[in-house]
Amino acid sequence: MHRGRRGESARRLFARNPVLGPTAALVLAIVFFSLSTSTFFNIDNFSLIVQQSVVIGTLALGQTLIILTAGIDLANAAIAVFGTLLLTRLTLGGLPSAMAIVAGLVACTIAATVSGLLVTRIKLPPFIVTLGMLAVMTAVTNLYSTGTTFAVPNGTLTWLGNSLYLFGRVQFTMGMLLAALLFVVMWFVLSKTGWGRHVYAVGNEPEAARLTGIHIDRTLVSVYAVAGLIYGFAAWMALGRTPTADPNAYQTGNLDSITAVVIGGTSLFGGRGGVVGTVVGALIVAILRSGLTQMGIDSNYQNLATGVLVIAAVAFDQATRRRA
Amino acid sequence: MNRLTTKRRAAFVLALVSTAGLTLGACTTTKQSGPGAVGNSAGSKGPIKIGLVTKTDSNPYFVKLRESAKAEAAKHGDTLVALAGKFDGDNAGQVSAIENLVQQGVKGILITPSNSSGVLGAIKKAQDAGVVVIALDTATTPADAVAATYATDNEQAGKLLGQYVKARMGSTKPQIVAMDLDPSASVGIQRHNGFLEGMGLPLKTPDIIGSALTQGDQTKAQQAMENLLQRVGGQVNVVYNINEPAARGAYQALKEKGIANKVLVGAIDGGCQGVQNVKDGEFVATVMQFPKKMAEDGVNAVVEYAKTGKKPSGFIDTGATLITDKPVPGLASKDTTWGAANCWG
Repeated sequence: MHRGRRGESARRLFARNPVLGPTAALVLAIVFFSLSTSTFFNIDNFSLIVQQSVVIGTLALGQTLIILTAGIDLANAAIAVFGTLLLTRLTLGGLPSAMAIVAGLVACTIAATVSGLLVTRIKLPPFIVTLGMLAVMTAVTNLYSTGTTFAVPNGTLTWLGNSLYLFGRVQFTMGMLLAALLFVVMWFVLSKTGWGRHVYAVGNEPEAARLTGIHIDRTLVSVYAVAGLIYGFAAWMALGRTPTADPNAYQTGNLDSITAVVIGGTSLFGGRGGVVGTVVGALIVAILRSGLTQMGIDSNYQNLATGVLVIAAVAFDQATRRRA
Repeated sequence: MNRLTTKRRAAFVLALVSTAGLTLGACTTTKQSGPGAVGNSAGSKGPIKIGLVTKTDSNPYFVKLRESAKAEAAKHGDTLVALAGKFDGDNAGQVSAIENLVQQGVKGILITPSNSSGVLGAIKKAQDAGVVVIALDTATTPADAVAATYATDNEQAGKLLGQYVKARMGSTKPQIVAMDLDPSASVGIQRHNGFLEGMGLPLKTPDIIGSALTQGDQTKAQQAMENLLQRVGGQVNVVYNINEPAARGAYQALKEKGIANKVLVGAIDGGCQGVQNVKDGEFVATVMQFPKKMAEDGVNAVVEYAKTGKKPSGFIDTGATLITDKPVPGLASKDTTWGAANCWG
């Protein structure tokens, strides 16, 4: 029937463009909060929302890569938190900050690569591997920090917290710019390079990928390594946003990053979605928090709204895949 | 691998993710110390085993509590078995910790309950097995579910902060933002209410122009404060904080907004970093509590019980001290030098 056919073509449209649904939700949320509060729709608030999304968004960028291969990373925030302590303690111990940052990037890359090796060499499911890594990294962080919070010395470590003002008005933090750069680079790599196509192929049809000569294990390990490098950047960004290295920070960062990826339309089944959706997903979560706060709504209801959105996003993904 | 199994695996992962919090929550961690002694029956001599269950084992406050308890137990030649929930609020983890300790034959259990009523069943079972249970830091509800409670009077701690802020405000009308803990935690409610009492304000005062549940987490507090500032603008002049990490987050938001110097930021805890924040003028004051004293008194009470069969009873206040470099008349306080020497971690 006519109506049925139109429904079918809409489904196809959403199936082919996984970013469409999340973007529509983003626009709806902005319109809704702009109409229902007087303080939401202004440039300062928009800048703030982006600042609030930077760390989780960057963790979610690494998470996106891993989820595209039908994996999952529960240890990403724990790795980044370890990074924040490593950067801070090395600098406080007298190492030049730039070298401490390099050391942090390397350490985070190694930690995530270990997960990748366990997934490929011992053939353990990513969920179990990274669940273990989560506990390991949390414990290592606690031992290394002796449970203590460290104040971060001003300078290179907090540089990402500095701001540029466009037209003397619109605030951009260095962290925002670095995150944007990482997203653009990853978007390019995923969509325009052979490696990017391999990542999608491994997530989509591992057997077909193998038959076409793709080294599945090598691709997987490289995905975890790149994700780890991105977590290292997230650690540096976290110090720019809040200049204290706290071993108890970002305890829900892993699930928050998965939330952003899933709301952004990347399929947990692998092979579908991408980094643009993750930007949208991370922004939607921060917009909900900001908008609901300004409407005077309690934090418990904010969590409830986020939860409902995750379920809706996955249900939507399922529905559009079914006939795609 | 065919399409179907990929799908099944992904569905499995999805199901697991949704229960990840629970999975982690069910785990507890064990740390043993002292000579490997085994528990004996009441009234006997010789080394005993004492159990300690803290909310988490990463927070420096509980690290201090644990280390002090270990040291005190070692002084008597006794063994302390320290367990903890996985995160603040991990009731299931604490219940299984209590069960494991009873199983091991401890003489007494010292517990900082994550949920003041959630552990009552496990405590009752421990008591039925002849174990003396003592609450440290946080009281149970009802308080007489345990033999005794060694803790900061949290209402009094909040009140001290409130009295101090009131004195600093003088005749200016307070416009308060409250960085609260979590609706289920008694300590959050007691400090909040005590603060308002000290300020001389009713519980439902309109002078609280915004509040947020921060779980005592710095990044959550910062984000909540930024969003609240967007709503209430620059009229805020007092920020009450459940603890120092929340205060650091709130301060960061105020600083970014350029209004930190117009706002009195007050905290409660007495961690070394928090004392430093007061010294740097970021917080006007913090209220210090004394986990070392709680731990030592608690261990001694269990040792006493093992020797004589005499149980401690009631609420024993381990004190709270206002730390500030700008004292006000009529309110006792210590400066940050004293604070740095006595802070807990």
